[in-house]
Amino acid sequence: MPQIQLGGIDYAILVVYFVFVLGIGWALRRFVRSSEDFFLSGRSIPTWIAGLAFLSANLGAQEVIGMAASGAKYGMMTSHFYWIGAIPAMVFVGLFMMPFYYGSRARSVPEYLRLRFDEKTRGLNAITFAAMTVLSSGISMYALAKLLELVLGWNFHASVLVSAAIVLVYIFLGGLTSAIYNEVVQFFLIVLGFLPLVLLGLRDLGGWSGLSAQLEPVATSAGYPAGAWSESWRHLGSAEANPMGVEWFGLVMGLGFVLSFGYWCTDFLVVQRAMAAESMTAARRTPLLAAVPKMLFPLLVIVPGMIAIALHHSRGGLLPIGADGTPNYNLAVPVLLAHYLPSGLLGLGLTALMASFMSGMAGNVTAFNTVWTYDIYQSYIKPGRSDRHYLRMGHAATVFGILLSVVAAYAATRFNNIMDMLQLVFAFVNAPLFATFLLGMFWRRTTGHGAFFGLLIGTLAAAAHHGLTLPHGAVPGIKGAFLGTALHMYPSEMAQNFWTAIVAWTSCFVATVVISLATTRHKTDEELRGLVYSLTPRITDHELVWYKRPAALGIAVLALTLVLNIVFW
Amino acid sequence: MKLDLRLPIGLMFSIIGALLAVFGVASDPAIYQRSLGINVNLWWGLVLLVFGLVMLWLVRRGTARS
Repeated sequence: MPQIQLGGIDYAILVVYFVFVLGIGWALRRFVRSSEDFFLSGRSIPTWIAGLAFLSANLGAQEVIGMAASGAKYGMMTSHFYWIGAIPAMVFVGLFMMPFYYGSRARSVPEYLRLRFDEKTRGLNAITFAAMTVLSSGISMYALAKLLELVLGWNFHASVLVSAAIVLVYIFLGGLTSAIYNEVVQFFLIVLGFLPLVLLGLRDLGGWSGLSAQLEPVATSAGYPAGAWSESWRHLGSAEANPMGVEWFGLVMGLGFVLSFGYWCTDFLVVQRAMAAESMTAARRTPLLAAVPKMLFPLLVIVPGMIAIALHHSRGGLLPIGADGTPNYNLAVPVLLAHYLPSGLLGLGLTALMASFMSGMAGNVTAFNTVWTYDIYQSYIKPGRSDRHYLRMGHAATVFGILLSVVAAYAATRFNNIMDMLQLVFAFVNAPLFATFLLGMFWRRTTGHGAFFGLLIGTLAAAAHHGLTLPHGAVPGIKGAFLGTALHMYPSEMAQNFWTAIVAWTSCFVATVVISLATTRHKTDEELRGLVYSLTPRITDHELVWYKRPAALGIAVLALTLVLNIVFW
Repeated sequence: MKLDLRLPIGLMFSIIGALLAVFGVASDPAIYQRSLGINVNLWWGLVLLVFGLVMLWLVRRGTARS
């Protein structure tokens, strides 16, 4: 593709954004007095800010670029990652899990595991989580810098170093508050920066009906039913009838239950935003409020991909063709930006892309420095020091967390296979996690040994399942069957991932129950108060007006999601 | 609240909106061929400007109350 030429106005918008991002960090620096201020914003964030940050921290550049790529590759079915794969879990964490996270006064998700179970379960979670956040922020930095090099001709090193430096400065100055405030700014920028692109594209193609009509030849030429790119549920009866290669049960259980609840309910990166909220009610409303824009995001991030593939098909060769003969779906967003937006809005669109990258990276870095300082440094390396000492460590952890991300970004340029392998290992560790939390929060008999060995068994089961199956058309190795033989062939990589998650979750659940029953419980009921459902006083919310109650919000969010699913069935 | 977050959001979008709107008026109409003949810089700039000003108005109302 020809490179995009930017004008003075485009750079001006980018500079205004940078000035404000750094300015917010500068303005907040004087509010950081204790480690609690730095890592948890002193638990003072109002609901609307925590909610938008909750959403924005998850909205990294890889999400924006990747979801548009999936929109081009799989069409409207990608919306399942939102309507099935996010909203129900966000409602669940708000209504049922936040009372324990927030109520226990734990400062992180691993710390909750120590309060509820024991030291070894916390250690396992803290160490894998810390390693994973650094790695994933490095990989997204790599992806962004590669993209900017390709579409703008910007220097790879300069992109990596400048973006890392800006994130470093604003977190260093203002801690989590600065990250959260900037995530809200980034949220508005992402919405207002990408919306004109969607509006222009839809206008060009004749609205939703025009887009659907233009997507029919895309589907039929690939051998699928005509509506495969514009309908979300209709083609899930069998894996052969849709481009994702999944059937409804694997999708609902694998994505909708295991993967989605595992991420939204246990990942400290998002949970930290709710833990920083100013009150229990605010913390519970945080994910519920975030769910409202989240359910509309398919319009913003998936539809551009669908527009790009429709244009690619009808007007010929919009997306560059890769070495394997398929279009380069990852370029859907940048290509569309260049196609519709003149200088001016083009700068705004690119700034939005940078903003999404920064919000994702800041989310990783703030989660990393907290887990590192509280759960690793304070627990295993230097316990019992003054709060000042840990605040200083938080600053230092911000610096070396970002340095490690930069190292990971460069490692990704040299050793792509190692990066893929590490990500796979982390996926194995994460897949069973939700079973541990579910049992821990709702069954008081669950023991520390049960949780720890259940997690290990779930992880091993995930690895074994992946090692004995293969997606259609892949060669044995990182894609599967590394244990020698493929006992089962899946129609697609996605179907394999969903079933790996289902196997991991089920193994962990069964193993945790069996081991818990076989071992003795060390925590008394008194110690488990506030950590387990049956031992915690119910929150009634009678003092709130009905529409402000979390339960009412949760039901409204689920009802709206159901309507969207039916409309785009 | 430590710092009214609506203040920087309002300021930033007012500035970017004004920049885009002015650029939209001053720029060569030929560049809007790709945006379906619509002067998107002018119109979207005005949208951002209004959004920014509403945020600033909310800040003023908030401080007046407290």
